[in-house]
Amino acid sequence: MSTYLAAAEPATAEATGVLALGWLLIALPLLGAAVLLLGGRRTDRWGHLFGTAMPALACLIALAQFAALLERDAEERSVGSHLFSWIPVGALEVEVGLLLDPLSMCFVLLVTFVGTLIHVYSIGYMAHDPDRRRFFGYLNLFVAAMLLLVLADSFLVLYVGWEGVGLASYLLIGFWSYNPTYAAAAKKAFVANRVGDFGLSVAVLIMFAQFGGVSFSEVFAGAEGASEGVLTVLGLMLLLAACGKSAQFPLQSWLGDAMAGPTPVSALIHAATMVTAGVYLVVRSAPVFEGAPDAQLVVVIVGAVTLLFGAAIGCAKDDIKKALAASTMSQIGYMMLAAGLGPVGYAFAIFHLLTHGFFKAGLFLGAGSVMHGMGDQVNMRRFGGLSSVMKVTWVTFAFGWLAIIGFPGLSGFWSKDKIIEAAYVGDGWRPWVFGTAALVGAGITAFYMTRLFVMTFHGKRRWTDDVHPHESPLVMTVPLMVLAVGSALLGLALGPTGAIAHWLEPVVGAHGEEEPVIAVTLLTTLTVVLVLAGAALAWLTYERRPVATTAPRGSWLTRAARRDLYQDTVNESLLMHPGAWLTRSLVFFDNRGVDGTVNGLAALLGGTSARLRRLQTGFVRSYALSMFAGAAVVVGAMLLVRL
Amino acid sequence: MNPMNYVYLSAVLFSIGAAGVLLRRNAIVVFMCVELMLNACNLAFVTFSRMEGNLDGQVIAFFVMVVAAAEVVVGLAIIVTIVRTRRSASVDGANLLKY
Amino acid sequence: MTDFPWLTTLGLVPLVGALVVAALPSARELLAKQVALGFSLVVLAGTIALALQFDSDGGEQFQFAETYEWIPQFGVSYALGVDGIALVLIAMATVLTPVCILASWHDVDSDRRSAKGYFALLLLLEMFMIGVFAATDVFLFYVLFEAMLVPMYFIIGSYGGAQRSYAAVKFLLYSLVGGLLMLAAVIGLYVTSDGGPKAFLFENLLGTEMGTGTERLLFLGFFIAFAIKAPLWPLHTWLPDAAAESPPGGAVLLVGVLDKVGTFGMIRFCLPLFPDASQWATPAVITLSVIGILYGALLAIGQTDMKRLIAYTSISHFGFIVLGIFAMTSQGQAGATLYMVNHGFSTAALFLIAGFLISRRGSRLIRDYGGVQRVAPMLAGTFLVAGLSSLALPGLSSFVSEILVLIGTYSRYEVAAVIATGGIILASLYILLMYQRTMTGEPTEHTSQMADLNTREAWVVAPLIAIIIALGFFPKPLLDVINPAVDRTMEQVGVTDPEPAQPAAEGARP
Repeated sequence: MSTYLAAAEPATAEATGVLALGWLLIALPLLGAAVLLLGGRRTDRWGHLFGTAMPALACLIALAQFAALLERDAEERSVGSHLFSWIPVGALEVEVGLLLDPLSMCFVLLVTFVGTLIHVYSIGYMAHDPDRRRFFGYLNLFVAAMLLLVLADSFLVLYVGWEGVGLASYLLIGFWSYNPTYAAAAKKAFVANRVGDFGLSVAVLIMFAQFGGVSFSEVFAGAEGASEGVLTVLGLMLLLAACGKSAQFPLQSWLGDAMAGPTPVSALIHAATMVTAGVYLVVRSAPVFEGAPDAQLVVVIVGAVTLLFGAAIGCAKDDIKKALAASTMSQIGYMMLAAGLGPVGYAFAIFHLLTHGFFKAGLFLGAGSVMHGMGDQVNMRRFGGLSSVMKVTWVTFAFGWLAIIGFPGLSGFWSKDKIIEAAYVGDGWRPWVFGTAALVGAGITAFYMTRLFVMTFHGKRRWTDDVHPHESPLVMTVPLMVLAVGSALLGLALGPTGAIAHWLEPVVGAHGEEEPVIAVTLLTTLTVVLVLAGAALAWLTYERRPVATTAPRGSWLTRAARRDLYQDTVNESLLMHPGAWLTRSLVFFDNRGVDGTVNGLAALLGGTSARLRRLQTGFVRSYALSMFAGAAVVVGAMLLVRL
Repeated sequence: MNPMNYVYLSAVLFSIGAAGVLLRRNAIVVFMCVELMLNACNLAFVTFSRMEGNLDGQVIAFFVMVVAAAEVVVGLAIIVTIVRTRRSASVDGANLLKY
Repeated sequence: MTDFPWLTTLGLVPLVGALVVAALPSARELLAKQVALGFSLVVLAGTIALALQFDSDGGEQFQFAETYEWIPQFGVSYALGVDGIALVLIAMATVLTPVCILASWHDVDSDRRSAKGYFALLLLLEMFMIGVFAATDVFLFYVLFEAMLVPMYFIIGSYGGAQRSYAAVKFLLYSLVGGLLMLAAVIGLYVTSDGGPKAFLFENLLGTEMGTGTERLLFLGFFIAFAIKAPLWPLHTWLPDAAAESPPGGAVLLVGVLDKVGTFGMIRFCLPLFPDASQWATPAVITLSVIGILYGALLAIGQTDMKRLIAYTSISHFGFIVLGIFAMTSQGQAGATLYMVNHGFSTAALFLIAGFLISRRGSRLIRDYGGVQRVAPMLAGTFLVAGLSSLALPGLSSFVSEILVLIGTYSRYEVAAVIATGGIILASLYILLMYQRTMTGEPTEHTSQMADLNTREAWVVAPLIAIIIALGFFPKPLLDVINPAVDRTMEQVGVTDPEPAQPAAEGARP
């Protein structure tokens, strides 16, 4: 514990040279977004090229920074640069500063590199869309916000990026918002994210009240002396935020609907980068979670539940993008589980995040390429046999598929296997429950991904008559090839060499060699056997036998999984319907109750005066009588008082 | 003679005037009854002045007389106008000035 | 500091403008509009000059102070002066007035009343707004507070929508009830004060000795008047009517500036003049404001009328402002003051863009729209930015103030702050539901011919959006001005910020 905390606060040096250009990483895509969105139709002709150049330039800077960091000693790889004072009020002094350390470097490289590839891909994918310029503007906005998120050196600046990516996600899911369903999906994503943001807001409030600051260094230093109760609440709030952003249980329902966005968006935002921000948050907040074992346990549970949840949904979906979305949810569940395990898992969470960023982006772009060729169809029951007409897509997709199921040697194998091992570390009931969940999840992953692959590329052609599948243009297939190479080799380069663990050590700390409760070799064999079994089962079911073009009724589990295990039903009946009822009754109350009281008071005054008015009859003698009566009362009163 | 008798007379006169104001409809009669009430008050003032031995009550009686004279001028003018326009001196008939 | 009477001049310019505009012949509408715009721009330039001379670290509480005897027999003086809080609010008012004049260019053309009257009233209102924020004499403040109702009453009642007379009378009566209570409290304050020819001066009233009961009654007199103005739940029902019925420019000044007088009054008068009573009332006020935050947001979700929806969002936002003021922390109060400014701009943008939308279609009902994004992308885009500012998206101005209020509140009242934070979820619902229903989908037959923003409208929206974004990323200039004023208020109330429970070591500060 103590060694860990010492490792968690490496001395942050002031950035110099190329490392001081961190602001440019954010400014370039932001400039792109501003030019494209404000420039209007004038920029239509070259907007996509400009929009692609910005993240590409950022990627070059990131690579230079990476090289500069590599030259330094491990302890000196954390550099900060202070930009300007943002919110100075009393004891609260929020500075906008950037922190470039090995952890954020990983993300910067992932975001700029994969982001650039996806920009390139989008040039082809969105070629026929009249609003392509706007699309690139939004994508650039996303890249800028995502980089701000990972480069921020305080929780409040992180928050800006955090909601910024949420905004970009909202805009991009609703890019074709003239379709009402897509507009609703965009709103749903934003609101679900806002529920998570509630957690982040409260976490920021707690941080200032407890530690007197919201920067990473202040919070982590304060966390050392804080009570476990405070840290547990803080951890749970951060977890809530992470659940919203990373589509973890119970805030996962938006991710499936988010597939309404154009496919490059699904690849970049809803697979490779934004949805993994939750994992980043948990790993970044390691010192908080280290002091709160209960919160960590909840993180692990959330991760385990989500990984099985997503896997179950993935098995039943016929929509290729929604099946991939379910798989994303499940894979992030793995990362979350690893992040909750503590120092033994942090590095692997990030490792899996990186490899997943490559192979899942490749899979999504591959799916986009298929859709491109199939006239925007997404129903896998209408695919089949595409391997012969879309050779490049098929081969690159195969790499992604093998990587995600953890085929020995490919990226996913190295990263996922490590998570399963880590989940089996510990004592008591936990390793058995969580390890087994991860292990079973690997088997299911193999099943549904093979199902997806086979239904799309193999078996009989089940195309509708009006489609004429063709291979996508080079501008789309080149990014696919690059990502396929990454899917194949990234794991090998980083995993067995220990490079990733070593690289991240200054941030997340080292951990000793702890043995899983099952021997490692046995565990690896078990995993591979399960994976092969799952893949074989899917192969037999969907390759050997014909696939129905309309979905069969299926078992109750299939039906439940098709409806996302009733998560929308639950949300609707628990939150939306009571909420709508509450709103309606409050509107009624405001009109009749609050305003009614006021108007009633006015009516009462008016009515009373209308009645009292009637006393003025116009008859002189009745006035005289009332005067006499009044005089008599006055005299009587005076007499009484004297008595 | 006991000066209190004047006070009793004044009270009787006032009551007669008041009853007349309340009960009669003819504007002229009502007007006369108002005058009767004013003069009943004058009588009371003068009596009290005598009883108390100072001149305050007599001074006020003169004031009342002046006011009454002025009132007669205005009041009679109004009554005459009402009679001219409505062909009637009934006070109950002239009830247009209401709510 | 010069002896030039800056504030009086600043107030006289719009008055002269109003008179000139009113004196122009009715037929020359265009000239009247141009003159009105010109005068409001002169005021804006004057305010900028004022702000540049303002010394944020000055020793005096009020700068540019002017004091003349007015009714010395009753201790009334004509006294003006600004501190940081007043300065930023005056700046907001003087920025919004030309924007509103430009936005209202054609709003009253078809009205049966002359267009020049409307612009003259707007300028008159600007004079009162400057005066009320600058007044440092409690009696003068009261007079301006009440006089401000007059132009607003005529703006709503003469140039408003179908229900205008109901709305105008409701607005007037509500405000008069508050004003009456405040008048009683003002008199009471004079009686308890030391008297003398300058008894009503703010600095002479500070620290007046009074009994606990008296203090509480006087506090309530002021507070209820301000709570009606603000408006605080449950005294809010005049606002949706008044804002929905008044023309867009009037609605902006009503919700954006006039209502701020309520919250400004709380922080300027209620807290420093009645420190003990303020602390006594704090739990109740915090409860009311938290209820207001959620209540306003929920009601906004349930509205079918665009302008009423925006009015209800303002009730929610005013809940945040009052919460920040009564949290009695420097973050809370600075956040609340900043919130007043930011809310002014973002609500102005929302109201004006909604007004542009309404002027194209002629209906305030949300269900009459749809698909506007396809035909008028600029209109939809700016509306979204204004909405996002209203839901406090980080990077836009409202976020800074909202998080400051919440941070300031949490360090004293955890539960209230956490419940209020729930408002951010509801905020995303009411804004995005409105956006979804009006802007997305396929254009309907009524919206398919809708024109995008024209040049004039773009010039109205551009400065607002620019301010919203600029203040979101760099609020420091405003905070630098506000902070000393807030610190002084805290000092006058006699409260200090709570210490963090587990402060990080000094070395950990960046």
